[in-house]
Amino acid sequence: MGDVLLSIKNLSIEYHTDKAVVYAVNNISLDVRHGETIGLVGETGAGKTTIAKSILRVLPTPPAVVKSGEIFFDGDDLLKTSEHGMKKIRGNKIAMIFQDPMTALNPIERVGSQIAEAIKQHNKISRAEAERRACDMLEMVGIPGGRFSEYPHQFSGGMKQRVVIAMALACKPELLLADEPTTALDVTIQAQVLEMMHDLKERLGTSVVMITHDLGVVADLCDSVAVVYAGEIVEQASADDMFESPSHPYTIGLFGSLPQLDSTERRLKPIKGLMPDPTNLPAGCRFCERCPRAAGECAQAAPEMRETAPGHFVKCFYPGGEE
Amino acid sequence: MIRYVVKRLLMMIPILLCISFFVMVLIDITPGDPARLLLGNTATEEKIESLREEWGLNDPLPVRYGRFVWNILHGDFGTSYQTKRPVATEMFQRFPYTLLIAVLSLVLSVFIGIPLGVLAATHQYTIWDNVAIFLSLIAVSMPGFWFALLLIRYFGVVLAILPTSGIEDWKGWILPTVSLALGYAAIIARQTRSNLLEVIRQDYITTARAKGLAEGRVLYLHAMKNAIIPVVMIVGSIFGASLGGALIAEIVFSVPGLGQYTLSGLSNRDYPVIQGSVLILSGLYSVIILVIDLLFALIDPRIRSQYSSKREKIRKKGGVAANEAEEGVAAD
Repeated sequence: MGDVLLSIKNLSIEYHTDKAVVYAVNNISLDVRHGETIGLVGETGAGKTTIAKSILRVLPTPPAVVKSGEIFFDGDDLLKTSEHGMKKIRGNKIAMIFQDPMTALNPIERVGSQIAEAIKQHNKISRAEAERRACDMLEMVGIPGGRFSEYPHQFSGGMKQRVVIAMALACKPELLLADEPTTALDVTIQAQVLEMMHDLKERLGTSVVMITHDLGVVADLCDSVAVVYAGEIVEQASADDMFESPSHPYTIGLFGSLPQLDSTERRLKPIKGLMPDPTNLPAGCRFCERCPRAAGECAQAAPEMRETAPGHFVKCFYPGGEE
Repeated sequence: MIRYVVKRLLMMIPILLCISFFVMVLIDITPGDPARLLLGNTATEEKIESLREEWGLNDPLPVRYGRFVWNILHGDFGTSYQTKRPVATEMFQRFPYTLLIAVLSLVLSVFIGIPLGVLAATHQYTIWDNVAIFLSLIAVSMPGFWFALLLIRYFGVVLAILPTSGIEDWKGWILPTVSLALGYAAIIARQTRSNLLEVIRQDYITTARAKGLAEGRVLYLHAMKNAIIPVVMIVGSIFGASLGGALIAEIVFSVPGLGQYTLSGLSNRDYPVIQGSVLILSGLYSVIILVIDLLFALIDPRIRSQYSSKREKIRKKGGVAANEAEEGVAAD
């Protein structure tokens, strides 16, 4: 594993609406190394997408406000980069795959030209050359080049997602932000897309931030995992470590809620309760109300991130394996 | 595509037949006698009756309707009771005035309305947005005739740089055009703003930004092209409606257009004028709506694919065996 490519330090993001302030991301720090695939795991609404969009600075502002923090990419703070400088990074060095392939493509432009547009933007090449490369990208994700001049509505969901992936990889980015790339797809297509992403990652040496709530995807693709809960990273470790010995009660609950084929359990084991309202976060540990281990101090003070084993970080007063 | 256009043009025939039939029924049940109105109160009953007989008003409704359709098919739109001149000739003379005012005011309103809407949408919740909304709200709520009178007062009377009414030279066109354009521009601006606001929140706009495109390209190439479709619809409807006579402008500024003609036909119970103008205007309106629909297809490939005939779709798919059954249907 190489040097650090992306380093997020103490990032906090809020959404300011008329009625309330939504604390979407709270003091998150995260490092991504060259060639590494890191999984951001968490429930819907935990702030995963907001983190990814803030890296590319494509959050809708207003209502989103980056309150504090730094995002270093190749040594430069992206949050301080000029809009002109960001244009050269977006799609070129950092690319993003969006969650819903159904809405991520412009419905009235040809898919080929949507890919070629990104290539043309970042390379000083002719239009014809850009289109030829776009055609190659389509072939690479398994779509016949002959469908270059078709429109998104002529593609199935899985094929649209491949187009989105082809678009994201068109300029061979150093960092790929994949926001639930398989959530909107059915299971057979999911497997295909994941396999393809794995393949491309190996071939191009791209670092990937894989946002997902699917632990299967994490097991398949990720080198390390960060578990996100209510806008905080509550546990971070290598993927092997995380699956071997999850320590935060939330992570344990997350793994526990997966049904196991070989056990005789008759009911699913969900984590009780709901994620706290992001407009009104509890003062102490965010997970306190749902935590089976919560003690008096959990409601009073928020725990700090601690290293419980080499490379294994947990934000909990009472970390440890399953009781 | 051509099949679709031909189909739409053919569909106009039953539509126009229905419209003219309803107009005839409405005329029939509306009180008022054109013969009495033409001859005045002093006319004898015999005279009125003989005029009614001459115009064929005593025939039963189906007979009258059949005669009307028959005449139309022979290119005869009837002769005005009042002026004794052919309706088609009169309308042909007046149409250029109405058309020019409609086109001028629409062009002006598009050039004001769309940039204003874009400005408001791209600067949402800022002072620009508020000013644009405020201006368009005023423009929408201001009665057209009142604004026309204000224009006459300031430009015609106080400053005395433009004629107060009538169309003698190019100056005469300015006030009617402006008085109409204000309201239209406001409608177009509001529609543009709300569509653009909806579109720029779409995922594909974020995708476009994430590709590293310049904001201008994102806005005009990706967002505007998607947002313009409902605006085209509004512009087309306004155009169609203003061909029917931008009545207030025509009356206030004494423009000899279609609106005035139709109105005088209505108040005089001049049946051929009413029927002729309604028929021509609804025909024009249908053509405009067709042009709008074709514009949609030009902009949006999803709509285009709906219009292309079944046979073309099959040819594109390239399937042979599976499509043979459908081929048979399409050939029918």
